[in-house]
Amino acid sequence: MQQIVNFILRYRNAFLYIFLASIATMLTIRSHSYHQSKFFNSSKWLTGNIYSISNNITSYFSLKQENQVLAEENNRLRQQLFNLKKGGALDLDTTEVNFSFIKGRAIKNSYASPRNYITIDRGLKHGVQQDMGVITPKGILGIVENTSKKFSTVQSILNTRSNINAKIKNTNYFGSLIWNAQRYDIVQLVDIPRLVPLVVGDTIVTGGMSSIFPENIPIGIIRKYELNSSQSFYDIDVTLFNNMANIQNIYIIENKDRKEILTLETQTNNAQ
Amino acid sequence: MRNNIFFANTIRFLLLFLAQIFIFNHMNFLGTINPMVYIIYLYWYPIRENRALFLLTCFSLGLSIDLFSDTLALHAMATLTIAYARPVIMRFCFGVNYEFQTFSFKNTTRIQRVTFMALLVLAHHLVFFSLEILSLSHILLLLKKLFLTSMLTLLLCVLFSSLFTLETE
Repeated sequence: MQQIVNFILRYRNAFLYIFLASIATMLTIRSHSYHQSKFFNSSKWLTGNIYSISNNITSYFSLKQENQVLAEENNRLRQQLFNLKKGGALDLDTTEVNFSFIKGRAIKNSYASPRNYITIDRGLKHGVQQDMGVITPKGILGIVENTSKKFSTVQSILNTRSNINAKIKNTNYFGSLIWNAQRYDIVQLVDIPRLVPLVVGDTIVTGGMSSIFPENIPIGIIRKYELNSSQSFYDIDVTLFNNMANIQNIYIIENKDRKEILTLETQTNNAQ
Repeated sequence: MRNNIFFANTIRFLLLFLAQIFIFNHMNFLGTINPMVYIIYLYWYPIRENRALFLLTCFSLGLSIDLFSDTLALHAMATLTIAYARPVIMRFCFGVNYEFQTFSFKNTTRIQRVTFMALLVLAHHLVFFSLEILSLSHILLLLKKLFLTSMLTLLLCVLFSSLFTLETE
């Protein structure tokens, strides 16, 4: 007994190392295999508030650029609005709309690691839920992963675990949008069949196959494409419209039908 | 004296932590290179202090940086590992001298100190990036990141260590 105690005492640092290392490994593996950890992420009260303070200061530096982006977006939307084919005013009845939007701001952004998360200043209090889509004035940004009362973390499209349904504009050829962790302005579109005629410069938009994003949200343009190793699908490099290094204003998309779609899908799956 | 060391270490911990999350995590040099300058905490930490406490503080330094960069437990694991390996690295760099009571950084050469720092940085980044990328198919990306980030971290660490030289130890 004495010897065991002596042994433990002599190697107490090694034991401490092993103990702490196993905690760290456990946390790492959990965050690799499943969603980002529920308890430790930057959507929490302390981290969120600290980032919020820092963002209050740093956001001034890109204010002019950001105003420009928003003004351009307004311009584009006005053009669409006044050129509507319908004639008459827009339907202002909001009970029938499918998608509603929550505006917010990114308070922390990262794009250098293989798994990037963005923290935004909207949370449960403002109606943000897990798995809502997030876009910027220029294009797609990511999907909400964790929420707290006032903040949320967004899994960026610059995340090796991200997988978003996308298609080539004005066609119905769907593929998956993934990221190979190489450059922060380029993502990859895979699973587009070989028979599809592609042109460098074609626009890529979100597909309608998911209940997260509405159809036709801009993503980027084709930079180059080549056949993958099996020679039957294309690997396409897509240059993003978004400047992922400078994210300020964002919109969170709520799909009113999502619950219904998900219930239906689970029912169908269970019936099989 | 003891209080002094404790106080200095706490201040260092906080300042390095804040500098890391607000400045160095957002440097994005050449697009993706973020140096991890907080490693210098391990270089500055006194040699003959309680080792268990040292491991615990390094772990918490890593974990608190993890919380803010959403890289759960990667920094903690890497920092903990080099904290545990520090005596071995020191013996390698400074020879048996290091075990004597009279040893201090003052009577070591500059080369020895830079080697010590370089080994700390390399070991840290190796653990960090292998865990972060965790796949053999990205081995080139791993090596590229390891090399470039290590260079930048080492450069900044050497600059910092000559900027704030230690007087008491």
